[in-house]
Amino acid sequence: MNPANYVLLSALLFSIGAIGVLVRRNAIIVFMSVELMLNAANLAFVSFARMNGNLDGQVVAFFVMVVAAAEVVVGLAIIVTIFRTRRSASIDEPNLLKY
Amino acid sequence: MTQIIPAEGIFALLWVLIALPAVGAVILLFGGRRTNSWGPYLAVLTVVGSAVIGVLMLLALMDQPAEQRTVVQNVYDWVFVGSFQASFALQLDQLSMVFVLLITIVGALIHIYSLGYMAHDPDRRKFFGYLNLFVAAMLILVLANNYLLLYVGWEGVGLASYLLIGFWQRKPSAAAAAKKAFIINRVGDVGLSLAIMLIFITFGSITFQDVFGQASEASEGTLTAIGLLLLLAAAGKSAQFPLQAWLLDAMEGPTPVSALIHAATMVTAGVYLIVRSNAIYNAAIWAATAVVVVGLITIFMGAIIGSAKDDIKKSLAGSTMSQIGYMVFAAGLGPIGYIFAIFHLLTHGVYKAGLFLGAGSVMHGMNDTVNMRRYGALKGLMVITFITFMAGYLAIIGIPPFAGFWSKDEIIHAAFERNWIIGAATILAAGITGFYMTRMVAMTFFGKARWEDDAHPHESPPVMTIPLIILAIGSTFLGMALLFWGNIETWLEPVTGYESVPTPLPTAFYIAVTLVVVVIGAVIGWVMYARKEVPIEAPRGNVLTRAARQDLYGDAVNNVLVVQPTYRTAEALTTFDTKAVDGFVGGVTSFVGDLAVRLRRSQTGFVRSYALSMVGGVFIIVLALILVRLS
Amino acid sequence: MSAFPWLTTLGVLPLLGSIVVALLPSSKPLLAKQVALAVSFVVLGGTIAMALQFNGSSTEPFQFVESYPWIPALGISYSVGVDGIGLVLVALAATLVPVTILAGWRDIEEDQEAGGSVKGYFALILVLEALMIGVFVATDVFLFYVFFEVMLVPIYFMIGKYGGPQRSYAAVKFLLFSLLGGLFMLAAMVGLYVVSARQLGTGTFDFLTLVNLDIDPNTQKMLFLGFFFAFAIKAPLWPFHTWLPDAAAQGKPGTSVLLIGVLDKVGTFGMIRYLLPIFPAASDFYAPVVIGMALIGIFYGAYIALNAQDMKRLFAYSSMSHFGFITLGIFVFTSSGGTGSVVYMVAHGLSTAALFLTAGFLMSRRRESALISDYGGVNKTAPVLAGFFLFAALSSLALPGLVSFVGEFLVLLGAFERYIWVGALATLGIVITAAYMLRVYQKTMTGPLNPSLDAGGIKMTDLKGREITALVPIAALSIVLGFYPAPLLNVINPAVERTLQFVSVAEVDSSLSSEGSEQ
Repeated sequence: MNPANYVLLSALLFSIGAIGVLVRRNAIIVFMSVELMLNAANLAFVSFARMNGNLDGQVVAFFVMVVAAAEVVVGLAIIVTIFRTRRSASIDEPNLLKY
Repeated sequence: MTQIIPAEGIFALLWVLIALPAVGAVILLFGGRRTNSWGPYLAVLTVVGSAVIGVLMLLALMDQPAEQRTVVQNVYDWVFVGSFQASFALQLDQLSMVFVLLITIVGALIHIYSLGYMAHDPDRRKFFGYLNLFVAAMLILVLANNYLLLYVGWEGVGLASYLLIGFWQRKPSAAAAAKKAFIINRVGDVGLSLAIMLIFITFGSITFQDVFGQASEASEGTLTAIGLLLLLAAAGKSAQFPLQAWLLDAMEGPTPVSALIHAATMVTAGVYLIVRSNAIYNAAIWAATAVVVVGLITIFMGAIIGSAKDDIKKSLAGSTMSQIGYMVFAAGLGPIGYIFAIFHLLTHGVYKAGLFLGAGSVMHGMNDTVNMRRYGALKGLMVITFITFMAGYLAIIGIPPFAGFWSKDEIIHAAFERNWIIGAATILAAGITGFYMTRMVAMTFFGKARWEDDAHPHESPPVMTIPLIILAIGSTFLGMALLFWGNIETWLEPVTGYESVPTPLPTAFYIAVTLVVVVIGAVIGWVMYARKEVPIEAPRGNVLTRAARQDLYGDAVNNVLVVQPTYRTAEALTTFDTKAVDGFVGGVTSFVGDLAVRLRRSQTGFVRSYALSMVGGVFIIVLALILVRLS
Repeated sequence: MSAFPWLTTLGVLPLLGSIVVALLPSSKPLLAKQVALAVSFVVLGGTIAMALQFNGSSTEPFQFVESYPWIPALGISYSVGVDGIGLVLVALAATLVPVTILAGWRDIEEDQEAGGSVKGYFALILVLEALMIGVFVATDVFLFYVFFEVMLVPIYFMIGKYGGPQRSYAAVKFLLFSLLGGLFMLAAMVGLYVVSARQLGTGTFDFLTLVNLDIDPNTQKMLFLGFFFAFAIKAPLWPFHTWLPDAAAQGKPGTSVLLIGVLDKVGTFGMIRYLLPIFPAASDFYAPVVIGMALIGIFYGAYIALNAQDMKRLFAYSSMSHFGFITLGIFVFTSSGGTGSVVYMVAHGLSTAALFLTAGFLMSRRRESALISDYGGVNKTAPVLAGFFLFAALSSLALPGLVSFVGEFLVLLGAFERYIWVGALATLGIVITAAYMLRVYQKTMTGPLNPSLDAGGIKMTDLKGREITALVPIAALSIVLGFYPAPLLNVINPAVERTLQFVSVAEVDSSLSSEGSEQ
């Protein structure tokens, strides 16, 4: 099977994730979109590792997973806290951190 | 040529001459109040001590053969950088010797006089400290063996003069006069500084010995430049045109100061400088001519101002300007004049000190009034002051056998040796001298009493009159003594050189003409001010009188040409500095600040717009990478 | 040479002292002052002991040398040593610090509610002393740079925390100017390193090695500018001066003394120590420009001082004028000019200290007002104060017999030897100097007593023992060195001549033979 297809799939997933982040307001959905982008990157890493015949990419994929897990822990905690105070999971609403 | 002899025997004490008053000044000025009681006496003692040493040195110097009368004492190396060497070295020769005696003896007399004059001043101690400082600095000035050390004395006397003019600082006019004197002198100092530098790069040395030895080897242009710069310095210190404006204001100081500093010694330093540098002027005819012109202008300026002033001290100050003008004039005449410049300087130092102290004695008895229109008929009440003043009067207008006659006559004669026009001018000026001095004497001692209501004229105490008597004796006999017994011509000749040019007419003729002119001037003065009633309010006067009352508009000219432009430049530059230079800095900072305010707007607080900008950034980067790859 | 590490000791002592002072309890401000004073005296004693061992006629470029590798990979070492120039400036710093501490004894107390603590100020002074000594003794360019930049920190806090009402503006302005200059210097220093790496194979920051490099003139011109910019801001030369009046006006008198008296000398010190020997061709090339800036500075500063309404700003502008003289002396490349500049640096340190401290004492008696018009007739009630003020003014206008005259005259002579008209023009500056100095004396000290000086709880009392004690050493040094400058000249002149050997301009011939070119 042509490895380029995997890369294309990765690009497709990444784009879906990116568009999801940009257009959705619900924090949970945005979060899932971010996960999608991370996994797209993982897929790209693994494919490239396969194409180049070394393990570097796969190792990095593991790191990404660890980062993603840590991010989920912190991120979900923040989202839950925001939801508790504001009764809403919209990300457009908490915009206090501006000029 | 002159030989330098080492400083041995009494000459080893050369530095003590300066050290004595210097130590006195230090003790008095830093000793604080505990020296209040005995400080003034210590000050007198130090100067008397210097005078004694001075006399002993004179005797020792007279024992030496004429060509071995130059003593140099190298105290220590002072400023030395590469080839530039200036030692703290003192040189005593015939010229400095006469100055040492003038400074210490007249200085001592004035110190004694001040004991009485300043008896009730709360700051008496400081006054004597400053006087001592002045004597020390003046001795450094005349004893220095190089120009840089001379400069130290030069500024030192300037400082003492500044402090003493402004001694009564609570009077704003005194403080302003002091500042004015210092700053105008500073202009002269620029001349001296530049002269020293030019001398150094021309001759590679600044000691008198080296410079005068090589003077003839330098080009005339350089020597003219040096001569003109030295003239600028001399004009500042000796209140010669165009730097004359400070001397009249300097009369704000206590009268003994006017006598010592602004009549007898400091203001003659310019004459000393020119005569000392005679080797340079001998080879720079244009510089010497400039000296003559400056001297001649000042003779008349001073005399005219002296004729119009009603303030006795200012009138005397005008007279001092005029008499120093004579000396500067004589110094410019070259070897025919140097000796007589110094001769006149010495006699003038004595009789003008006597006149000033006499004026001080009058003021002392008249509640410090200086306006001669409120004097009159004092001759019977202040007998000693009157008689001693008359001795000074006869000396200054040049009546034989009083001191001024001999010295002024020699200058007039020397002027005729050069050119009859300038000779005639000096005779005319002598006539004006006769006029204004007679006016002064008539208004003060003769006529009717025009005293203020609370005035109780009385004679001064002996501590003041004794110096007056001594100075009066000097005013009477000093001229003859120096000329016939002291042989001043042969005494000074090794330092200054001397030559005499025959004049078309016999000497007696010039003497006679001078005397006639002087007497005419005196008679006019007598008729106008003794025979006629002197009004208490000054009449309006003619144009010349009004101009002379305004110091011939010297201040106005300075104001328009120098002071106002300076302040206007200062204001303009201040505006420039705050508006342009600092404004530029402020402009840069406010630009950065404004930019920050604008860029801050992009921080909207919407997470998704940040995400959009990130995606946009990624696109741009990827695009850039692709483009770079493609090209 | 003595094996004892004099210079390191002198640098470390005040640093340790400052730590001790900082650790003292805040409730005992007096103890903090006493410790600070004691430490500064020990440093002064050490400096004197070291100076006595200094060999003026030695042919070694530096004495009391110490060198330890610091970052060997980049050729950076901790190396220190002094020549005559460094020695006198170290001595100047060591002299002025105890004087400043003594003079500032009471300046800080009332500031406690404003956030600064008493001990903090004195600890900062000691830190600053350590850094000032360090900057003058460093013989490694990188080490010099580190000291040069770190020095900003204590002075920033001394202005920003303890200064007048506009202190933060002044402190930030000072910091930004200095950092900007430092940035250019850093760039030039990296460039210098690269040049040395190309020529020698391994790069170095060692001064004595850099001096012997043969740098291409065009490269020199670039690198020169980087260093010069930093020094010109620090010195400060026209037109980089605008931070100085603000900093001087807002700082405490003691801060201003150390800032202008010592710290700013780093700029001119850097010019003579680093610019001339390392970039001789560029120095020669830029000399006319620098001399032009110096001349403008002399008159510009003097004229503005003539119009100043605020004493501290007046002194700041007068310092700018004096720095013009110092820079002029350095860039005419004559022995007398260079030596005169260094003497002038010392003299200016002393006269600035006298001016700011007396003015500080004066202002402390009138609620810190620096306006000239708020004073008048002080001489009447405080004659000793007025006397010291006049002395300071005279010292600033270079009265012969004071050390400033020796410096000024030598600078002018040096300028005159090289360019007659430059020297003649600069000499005119002495008239304006006299005018503005005597003007401020006249307005503040003479005449009738200003009514505001005897009302509302203000009493113009005379100087007290402590204040006199602080001023007397400065006055005594000015007079003694004025009449006997040999101790300065003996050590400065050889160092200056060694520096000038690098600048390939021949010494001006001063004798009759060269006369043709003068006319």
